[in-house]
Amino acid sequence: MNRNSFWRYFVVIAALIFSLVYASPNLFAPDPAIQVTGQSSALAIGDQVLAEVKAALDESGIEYFGEEVAQGNVLVRLRHADDQLKVQALLHDVLGPDYVVALNLAPTTPDWLLAIGAEPMKLGLDLSGGVHFLMQVDTEKVIANYLETQEAELKRALREARARYREVKIEDGGITLVFADEAGRAAAVDVVRADFRDFTRELRRDGDLYVLRLTVLDSLIKEKEDYAVSQNLTTLRNRINELGVAEPIVQRQGRNRIVVELPGIQDTAAAKRVIGKTANLEFRLEHMPGSDLPREEFPFRDQGAGPRTAWLEKNVVITGDQVAHAATGYDENGLPQVNISLDSDGGRAMNLATRRSIGRNLGVLFIETRTRVEEVRHADGTVEMVPVQYESKEIISLATVRSALGVSFRITGLSSPAEASELALLLRAGALAAPMYFVQESTIGPSLGAENISMGITSVQVGLILVMIFMLVVYKVFGFIANLALLFNLAMIVAIMSVLGATLTLPGIAGIVLTLGVAVDANVLINARIKEELKSGLSPAAAINAGYDRAYVAIVDANLTTLIVAVILYGIGSGPVQGFAVVLAIGVLTSMFSAIVGTRLLVNLIYGRRNVEKLWI
Amino acid sequence: MSTIRVINFMRWNKLANVISLLLLVASLVALGTKGLVMGLDFTGGAQVEVGYQNNVEPEVIRRQLADAGLENPVVVNFGSARDVLIKFQVDSAEGLEDLVVSALTPNGEQIEVRRVEFIGPQVGEELRDEGGLAVLVAMLALMLYVAVRFHYKFAIGVLVGLVFDTIITLGVFAYFQLDFDLTVFAGIMAMIGYSLNDTIVVYDRIRENFRLVRDASLVDIINESLSQVMLRTIYTSLSTLLVLFALLFLGGELIRNFSIALIVGIIVGTLSSIYIAANVILVLKISREDLMTTIKEGKEDEYELP
Repeated sequence: MNRNSFWRYFVVIAALIFSLVYASPNLFAPDPAIQVTGQSSALAIGDQVLAEVKAALDESGIEYFGEEVAQGNVLVRLRHADDQLKVQALLHDVLGPDYVVALNLAPTTPDWLLAIGAEPMKLGLDLSGGVHFLMQVDTEKVIANYLETQEAELKRALREARARYREVKIEDGGITLVFADEAGRAAAVDVVRADFRDFTRELRRDGDLYVLRLTVLDSLIKEKEDYAVSQNLTTLRNRINELGVAEPIVQRQGRNRIVVELPGIQDTAAAKRVIGKTANLEFRLEHMPGSDLPREEFPFRDQGAGPRTAWLEKNVVITGDQVAHAATGYDENGLPQVNISLDSDGGRAMNLATRRSIGRNLGVLFIETRTRVEEVRHADGTVEMVPVQYESKEIISLATVRSALGVSFRITGLSSPAEASELALLLRAGALAAPMYFVQESTIGPSLGAENISMGITSVQVGLILVMIFMLVVYKVFGFIANLALLFNLAMIVAIMSVLGATLTLPGIAGIVLTLGVAVDANVLINARIKEELKSGLSPAAAINAGYDRAYVAIVDANLTTLIVAVILYGIGSGPVQGFAVVLAIGVLTSMFSAIVGTRLLVNLIYGRRNVEKLWI
Repeated sequence: MSTIRVINFMRWNKLANVISLLLLVASLVALGTKGLVMGLDFTGGAQVEVGYQNNVEPEVIRRQLADAGLENPVVVNFGSARDVLIKFQVDSAEGLEDLVVSALTPNGEQIEVRRVEFIGPQVGEELRDEGGLAVLVAMLALMLYVAVRFHYKFAIGVLVGLVFDTIITLGVFAYFQLDFDLTVFAGIMAMIGYSLNDTIVVYDRIRENFRLVRDASLVDIINESLSQVMLRTIYTSLSTLLVLFALLFLGGELIRNFSIALIVGIIVGTLSSIYIAANVILVLKISREDLMTTIKEGKEDEYELP
């Protein structure tokens, strides 16, 4: 009755080996390290840089080892964590501004473990230190911009079709066209049907006026939003690459948010500056004197030669997100120029607009979201300083169109190489499809992270010891078995977390400690049941069997409820709370396994083969 | 039928009811008068944790911040006399860190910014909504589970017990004016799960005894079942409390309130799983017939163990 089948041995031993192997990488403490990357991907990092780094370190007398070039980075491990900042400053001086010198922790997992995919758990920001940003992409702005350009296009098309309109205006996320007679509206419907397919049409009467209401298709809104968010993601990734963070996370979250996590970064203010330089570009034709097209006046960014402004058309030819690449170069005469390539849509739009505008000027607007602090005077006389976000739009280039432009063209007539490289930089940086702003931010200093880890480890150790003593006192031999199961359980949780690549957070550690406390529950249920069955007169062997059997249902029922809670918590939670939910769920499963299957194996081994008279329970 | 000593739990039923009611009223009064102190996660705003090299008076910091034009910050010591937590109600954290640092170091003192957190107003609102939704979904899912596995009358018992546990725990947080943040919320959700463990073990036993014992009154069966699982409930709660106290004293400031929520919840949950859960089914007069269907479904009880 209490014999172990082959399968039980097999499952338990396999699980044990798996847990020990895959949990083991967490035992190797990582080395403090310095990582050198290039400011741009064009910069080759190779043995030459490594040699420079080594020479500088040798000279300073700081102890290092394991220096290597891997994945375009130079990685140098240091003996002492205290040296990290010193080395960073030193290398920054030696290598100059073209290289990013980042602090890192290099894992010390042995190669044979790496070969079978065993890696240590990832640490959450509350443990590693670092910054977490949640950015909101202003997709409403994208739709509003789209409506504005469509409105301008529509007016032009209506004029061409000689459809006389009273009014064309943007309202409630759509465009409303008002006509005095039905013929005008009918002509407009034809225009819309032919060239404005992204709108749904609705006809209605308003007194003696004929109204055509256009609403943007939901699918188009979603498409525009998706495009804006993914474009911003790409741009953010590029900017963050410039920061040289060891393992950054840039991800879309929900419909219009982006999460940025930069573990281990020290200068959080700098990170925020780089990420937050929200900018956009618009290419617009200069307004022709005497034309009735709507126009706007903008200042030049470069005010070196005194204040200067220019009138540009309201209609936008292309925006910055259609700029694929911009780089400096030299023309036939050795003068600096900026080479620009566009994506195919951008190329088409540019060609359409410039083909009829040769000889006119094309302006490039640089749009930035900036923050200034404003004094707000309240009614009770108090003055409050509030940050106000505003958009600044400046002209960075106004050049004459010499021929019809396509996907690639150049801006010439620049006064110096410096001006050219500044313009190229601005053109590249402007590739944000929609403005973004910070809606959540959390920064954990590196020392607080380290403190959290050490406090977490101490709590796990102390909690484990307390529970083990408790079980030994209460259940003696069966308590000892339960304790082995508890250790097994801990190893399994760590192993599964490591294999899944789950992130360990401070609440996650709390979850591990909690699981250790609750994990013995299954054993308590079983052992209490065995005791009861013994009291009611069953033989020890029968009592063991009945105890496991009867407790089984209660264990499954009780644990499944915790699993339900964990799943719900994971579903709605974010960051640290999700880390907790993951541990909770894994803990429930592993404790069920170790208590039901694992301890039974040991109990059967000890008591199964002989005719036991008395159980020490 | 086992020979375990049956304790007449239901004899103290009235007393238990009175105590439960008093606790409930006290909690509701605390919640109503003092109110729950919502943490940053739910209110939105910003907080900065700063570490000094020597002990520091929150009042001094308040004055320094006021001089720099930062109005109405909440400044409290955090964990030790050398660390302070400063909270602001702001809609944007732009430049806040630099402003705080320059305000606190007029004479070039050495301070360390240990943590900066900013939650935008809309994110705070979302977290509030999502949190409420999660509690509702969790309670519904758990009730459904219990209704399917046991009987709907048990599900009502579970609901009453969980609402009771949650209100008392929130009441304690309101009374002591402890911050209720996202981590505490996670703690309360976990508490709901574990408190239900206890209740389910009790119900499981009641169901089993209904099948074993043919001619006993409902009160007798409840008494018998409670006596049988009593020791197990106490042991499990004790071992959980042991680790929670380890967390409370060693886990640091950031999970202190989380530990408190679970400690309160486990204690209250243990009591509620004995008295409230049993009382509700007593009032609803659960009968053998109610459980007959589940007896047929309950075939899985006889599964061979792996």
